[in-house]
Amino acid sequence: MRNQLATESLFGLSHHGRRGARFPAADVPVKPLDEIIPKSALSTEPTGLPEVTESDVIRHFVNLSTLNMCVDTHFYPLGSCTMKYNPKRHERLASLPGIVDLHPYQDLSGLQGMLELLYETQEMLAEISGLPAVSLQPAAGAQGEFTALLTAKAYFEDRGEKRTKVLFPNSAHGTNPASAAIAGFECVQLASSKEGLVDLDDLKAHLDDQTAVFMVTNPNTLGLFEKDIKQIAQMVHDAGGLVYIDGANMNAILGFTRPGDFGGDMMHYNVHKTFTGPHGAGGPGSGPIAVREFLADFLPGPVIKRNSAENEFTLETPPKSIGRVRSFYGNIGILVRGYCYLRTLGAAGLKAVSENAVLNANYLKAILKDVLPVPNGDLCMHEFVASASKSKSENGITAMDIAKRLLDFGFHAPTVYFPLVVPEAIMIEPTETESKETLDAFAETIRNILQEDPEFLHLAPHSTKISRPDEVVAARNPILQCCEPQ
Amino acid sequence: MPYLFNTPDQQQEMLQAIGVDSLEDLFSTIPSELRLNRPLDIPPALTEMELQAHVSKLAEKNVGPGSRVCMLGGGAYDHFIPAAVDEIARRGEFYTAYTPYQAEASQGSLQTFFEFQSLICQLTGMDVSNASLYEGGTCVSEAAFMAMRVTNRHDRVVLLGSLHPEYRQVVETYLTHLNCEVVVVPCVNGTADPADVEAAMNDQTACLVIQHPNFFGTLEEAEQLTEIAHKYGALSVVSYDPISLGILKRPGDYGADIAIAEGQSLGTPLQFGGPYLGLFSCSQKFVRRMPGRLIGQTVDRNGNLCYVLNLQAREQHIRRDKATSNICSNQGLIAIRAAVYLALLGKQGIREVAELSCQKAHYAAEQLSQIEGIDLLFADRPYFKEFVVSCSEGSDYLLRKARQAGFDLGPELSRFEFQNGSAPDQTGVLVAITEQRTREEIDRLVTALKA
Amino acid sequence: MDQGNLKFTKTHEWVNVEGDTVTVGITDFAVNQLTDLVYIELPTVGSTCEAGKVFGEVESVKAVSDLYSPVSGEITEVNSALVDDQSPLSDDPFGSGWITKVKMSNTSELDQFMNADEYRKFCESEAH
Repeated sequence: MRNQLATESLFGLSHHGRRGARFPAADVPVKPLDEIIPKSALSTEPTGLPEVTESDVIRHFVNLSTLNMCVDTHFYPLGSCTMKYNPKRHERLASLPGIVDLHPYQDLSGLQGMLELLYETQEMLAEISGLPAVSLQPAAGAQGEFTALLTAKAYFEDRGEKRTKVLFPNSAHGTNPASAAIAGFECVQLASSKEGLVDLDDLKAHLDDQTAVFMVTNPNTLGLFEKDIKQIAQMVHDAGGLVYIDGANMNAILGFTRPGDFGGDMMHYNVHKTFTGPHGAGGPGSGPIAVREFLADFLPGPVIKRNSAENEFTLETPPKSIGRVRSFYGNIGILVRGYCYLRTLGAAGLKAVSENAVLNANYLKAILKDVLPVPNGDLCMHEFVASASKSKSENGITAMDIAKRLLDFGFHAPTVYFPLVVPEAIMIEPTETESKETLDAFAETIRNILQEDPEFLHLAPHSTKISRPDEVVAARNPILQCCEPQ
Repeated sequence: MPYLFNTPDQQQEMLQAIGVDSLEDLFSTIPSELRLNRPLDIPPALTEMELQAHVSKLAEKNVGPGSRVCMLGGGAYDHFIPAAVDEIARRGEFYTAYTPYQAEASQGSLQTFFEFQSLICQLTGMDVSNASLYEGGTCVSEAAFMAMRVTNRHDRVVLLGSLHPEYRQVVETYLTHLNCEVVVVPCVNGTADPADVEAAMNDQTACLVIQHPNFFGTLEEAEQLTEIAHKYGALSVVSYDPISLGILKRPGDYGADIAIAEGQSLGTPLQFGGPYLGLFSCSQKFVRRMPGRLIGQTVDRNGNLCYVLNLQAREQHIRRDKATSNICSNQGLIAIRAAVYLALLGKQGIREVAELSCQKAHYAAEQLSQIEGIDLLFADRPYFKEFVVSCSEGSDYLLRKARQAGFDLGPELSRFEFQNGSAPDQTGVLVAITEQRTREEIDRLVTALKA
Repeated sequence: MDQGNLKFTKTHEWVNVEGDTVTVGITDFAVNQLTDLVYIELPTVGSTCEAGKVFGEVESVKAVSDLYSPVSGEITEVNSALVDDQSPLSDDPFGSGWITKVKMSNTSELDQFMNADEYRKFCESEAH
């Protein structure tokens, strides 16, 4: 069934003289190029792009696409990534003329519909977070973190305070310390408690007048709600710092509780996760941030304002803005999809999303816990972190073995070996858009896998196009393009 | 409720298996005083039919290129997008997949990104490309960070005043709070004077950032400026227009160390400024200092050729605060669009698009500058597909008159803050001409402006 | 090389003292923590290094680890064979896997290091 020829290297398919796209002849008087461009600036030979036909291109990439697992074809319980169903109406609506073809520098008079949509998005994100001021500019969650940290920095500087440290628990996503470092802060990693929550004593020990921001994911990366979050926020605020909520796990709490209500001062959304972006094989995402009113003046510009007298929408840069974090206004195409999602669900729908996400996760946890124990927490939120330590010590079956073998049975692997605080971590996030039947089948498959020959599992997967790749060879002598570097 | 599966009966069954009585019990770990005890105040839910009507109505309030002719530029361009690009990008196998961490279940994405990297290397003449960054502006700040790591000079970068002013603002946002000085070379005549660049450089400078063709559409002396950067031990960072490389010398040909670009022109619609595509490539010797994901070729345990995420130890999920960048989500799907676009065009197609854009732009500039009261700024400088005109009646007048005739020009220079006297004539308006514009359109604009 | 004669740092470097010059490497404990090494970046000969400061890095598939100079001084020699083949670091970390030689500018810096016994105990405590 598999068309091996078509998935050879694109460059291997190239034949001199083939064309995939043709353009009309020039309809203006043509001058010799070297009369309008200095010869020294002109290339002396053509680029090394391949020469293939349109049907080569289609067959190549369509066949390649079939080598992927994706949400449209498979259960994809990748913890921390919220691989929920991506509604098809979003793709249609984001491609409408008047949406997909607007130039960022068009006159505002021809953009009122778009600005209205984005303004409404700002308003909804403010309401869902309980934080009134929103910037849609950040291109992804990590950039949202960076943007909020700079906003905090500008706020402190404006108050004449020099605060240099950002604190985060050891269960944090790697982007938290990476963003803090790029924003010029010193990173302080805190211990987690035995329950897998923020260790209040360790937090207390590290809070001081140098603390700028405490970053915390809530629910955290173990899928647990930080029940002491109010007290944590109080402690940080008492030390003069701000609380940042990493919104990666908003899917668990929509309409139940809001970062602004539990003490957060700033947060980012991952529109590509919570509001079903989609993920696009790695991106684009969209990472809008929401902050308290006293931080609004520092947000990157422009933000969208409504002049209610004339019902006109404008772009304004806040007075003490940290500046731009990217060109233009944001990953609008993803925000449009997020807008469509929010408008489809409404308040009750959003709450039902979280209800069912949490129900699915707890159900899967309940029917798996005898074979895959979950070290932390009785009830989880939208995801849980199991450990394969037991099977590893009993018969050598690791988290990686289970993950890889699942692929053979038509399930995408969960996240493994994250968070770092759980040994042999298997992080499972089923999302709300899966059925009980799927969850039952998944659990049954894991049970069966754990009965298999460990040696056989170490070699899994067995049915995919390739077996486990040699990452050491790849990293020792990196081959990063198909042609020799020139 | 759309997208949900669990029936009330199933919910009861599941709750029983969990050992709780109600859905509400599942949320008992959220302290009651933190709970929102009212429905969220957002607009009511819409069915698909209602949503389509609603969004269509919003779309109709906008005025897109469907009803007018787009000659807007400034970093986002109305190039033609072949249907095959949309066809591939709309495949669920690509757009509903995650980052290819599980190589065995992601060879489609991995090979496509590997080929994307290869295509960018062929286009630019650079050794290695990553699998994308966010967009053109953050590429500049990431390049500056990388140059600082490579040169171990952390206090100073030099930019040309002809860099896209929004890119410059991004760099300032990222760097100035780290006490890194951002020096801007004045570009009063539409390009930088190499003598001014030389004067701005010193042996503490991490890099020189050159945009070529620059924000005004004109060509910089990129090769000579690269040599100046190297003379001071700094890296040469070139921000290029990917379409221009159909005819212009490639950054790799004249020794650029890091080549970056806004890749929107390669098959991505304008969509009001994003998502676009950050292209980032560099010399082989700096590969371990690069930001962003890299896909590498290797073999599986049976010796089959395959692809994996490579050199991940540089990235935030492993190296945390010492990572080369905080980037996680990149622009994967847009990179796929660019790969399909470049594959379709091939070496002939990219040349044709570049030539057509360039020839038509020169025709348009010639015709427009013959209109009384309209002048071509920087007329003695060579340009590629974009140029600046000034109007004796002011830029508002020019833009309005064009708009009335059904043409969008711009952006106007007065919209931006320039530094050090770059862009002295604030009445200037950018005009960008792609291969999609016709002689008939250009002539019609000229007639309307003459009236 | 007899490990009994070596001195050890808390960042898992070892040094072998010969007059005013030391040979520096990383211990088997460090290599095992990193698993398969794929890359090493060495300092340049003639450059100066400072005790406790980064002078190179080693990379595995899953981690990058900085190399900290145990002493201050001038780099007089580097084991450039490691650039192409990192296997001596794991196969023979105290012998052919040596990394640099440093001419010390302050020999008193050696006083704070652990001997082999102390280092073994230190590793045991770190592994827990």
